[in-house]
Amino acid sequence: MRSVIDILDLSVEELEGLIQTSLDIIQRPAEYSELCRGKKLATLFFEPSTRTRMSFEAAMYELGGNVISMSSAASSSAAKGESVADTARVVSCYADIIAIRHPKEGAALVASENATVPVINAGDGGHCHPTQTLADLLTIYREKGSFEDLTVGLCGDLKFGRTVHSLINALSRYSGVKFVLISPEELKVPSYVKRDVLKQKGIPYVQTTSLEDAIPELDILYMTRVQRERFFNEEDYLRLKDSYILTPDKLRGAKEDMSILHPLPRVNEISVAIDKDPRACYFKQVLNGKYMRMALMRLLLKEAGTL
Amino acid sequence: MNIDSIQNGVVIDHITAGKGMLLYSLLGLDALDVSVAIIKNAVSEKKGKKDIIKIDADIPVDFQVIGYVDPGATLNIIREGQLVEKRDVELPDTLTDVIFCRNPRCITSTEQELRHIFRLTDREKRVYRCVYCETAAK
Repeated sequence: MRSVIDILDLSVEELEGLIQTSLDIIQRPAEYSELCRGKKLATLFFEPSTRTRMSFEAAMYELGGNVISMSSAASSSAAKGESVADTARVVSCYADIIAIRHPKEGAALVASENATVPVINAGDGGHCHPTQTLADLLTIYREKGSFEDLTVGLCGDLKFGRTVHSLINALSRYSGVKFVLISPEELKVPSYVKRDVLKQKGIPYVQTTSLEDAIPELDILYMTRVQRERFFNEEDYLRLKDSYILTPDKLRGAKEDMSILHPLPRVNEISVAIDKDPRACYFKQVLNGKYMRMALMRLLLKEAGTL
Repeated sequence: MNIDSIQNGVVIDHITAGKGMLLYSLLGLDALDVSVAIIKNAVSEKKGKKDIIKIDADIPVDFQVIGYVDPGATLNIIREGQLVEKRDVELPDTLTDVIFCRNPRCITSTEQELRHIFRLTDREKRVYRCVYCETAAK
C-alpha cells in the first residue's frame, strides 16, 4: 500500500504530475468535485493544528468525499494508551485514506506500516511534513514557472524546522538551485542535511547570520517561525525567538520579483506591513496546499484501486 | 586453544583486540548455559593481536551484531571437530534490535513494542540511522 511519509517518497515525475493535476483542479474544479464521492478521509491529529487539518478536510470535501476525525488527542484512544500501530489498524477499517499528525518522529511511518489504506504524513514532530513541501513547491512553480536556477534563502529556525529540511530535499533534485541558509548559530541546518544532501549532490550553499546581507540575491525567501514546542528549554526559546523579523526596511534591498514564503502560522517574524506587498506569497501558499493535498489524495486513492 | 578443541560449535575469529567482551555482551552469550571461551590478545599474523570467542554449542549467531561491531571478524562453524564453514562478516545494511534509538522525540521512545531498526546510510563512515526518526546512532 503506497503512502507518503517523506517528500522523497515522490519522484520528480510524480511531483510534476501533482503540480499539473493541481493546476487542472484550479482551472476546472467542477471536474473533480465528485471524484471522491462515498470515500472517507480520517484525520488523526495527535498534536494541535489548524491549517493542515482544515486543509486536508477542505481538500477531501472539494473532491466530493467525507471526513471522519477524532476531536482531539486528549479524547482519543491514544489517551488510554493505544499505540499508533493499533490506531492505524482500527482506523483503516473506517476510512479509505488517513492523514496523521503526531508529535513523535516516525509516527507516520509506524502508521503506514500497520494501516491497510494509504497514509499521508501531516507532520511527525520535527521530522517530515511532505504536504507542506507540496504547498511550497506549487507556490514556487506558480510564481517562478520552474524550479531551476533559483537562489533560495531559508531563514529562521533551520535546525528544528521540518519544512526547511523537506524543501531542501525536494529542491535539491533540480538543477541550478542555490541555497542561502540564514539562521542564528544555534539554529543552523543540521550537519547531516548539509553532508547527505547538499554536499553529496554538489549543491552550492552559503551559511550566514545576516538576513540584510543575503536578501539582494534571493529569488525566494522562505521565512520560518522559531517553534516553542521544539525546545526542551524555555530559556533557549525566549533567547532565539526574535532572531529574524522581516520588515519593509529589510525588504528594500530585495529583488522586485522575489517571492516571500512562510509555512505559517506566523507569530512576528514577518511584519504585517508586508502582507500587501506583491512579493508576499504566504497566503497563496495556504490555498496551494489545499490543491496539492487534493492532487495527492487523488493519486494515492487511484493507486490503491479505491478510485 | 585451537579451533579443533571444540566438537560442535562456533568460533568467532580475527576479532579486533579489545572488542571480544563487547561482542560477548551484545551477542547475549552471558545468558547461555554452554561453555564459552574468550581469548584476549591472542597472537595474530595479520593483526598482531586479536580476540577470539569459542562457543561450544551449535547455536545460531547473530551475523548483524558481529558485522556491526567488527566487520573484519570471521565466523567458523565446527562440526564433529572439523571446520565445515568459514564466513567473512560484512557491515550489515540494517540492524534490528542491536542498537537503540536515543532520540527522545522518536516514536520508538514511547511505543515499546516497536523494533529498533537502523539502516546503514554511509558505509565509509559507518553511519547508521534510525528508520523512524533518521537520527544517527552514536
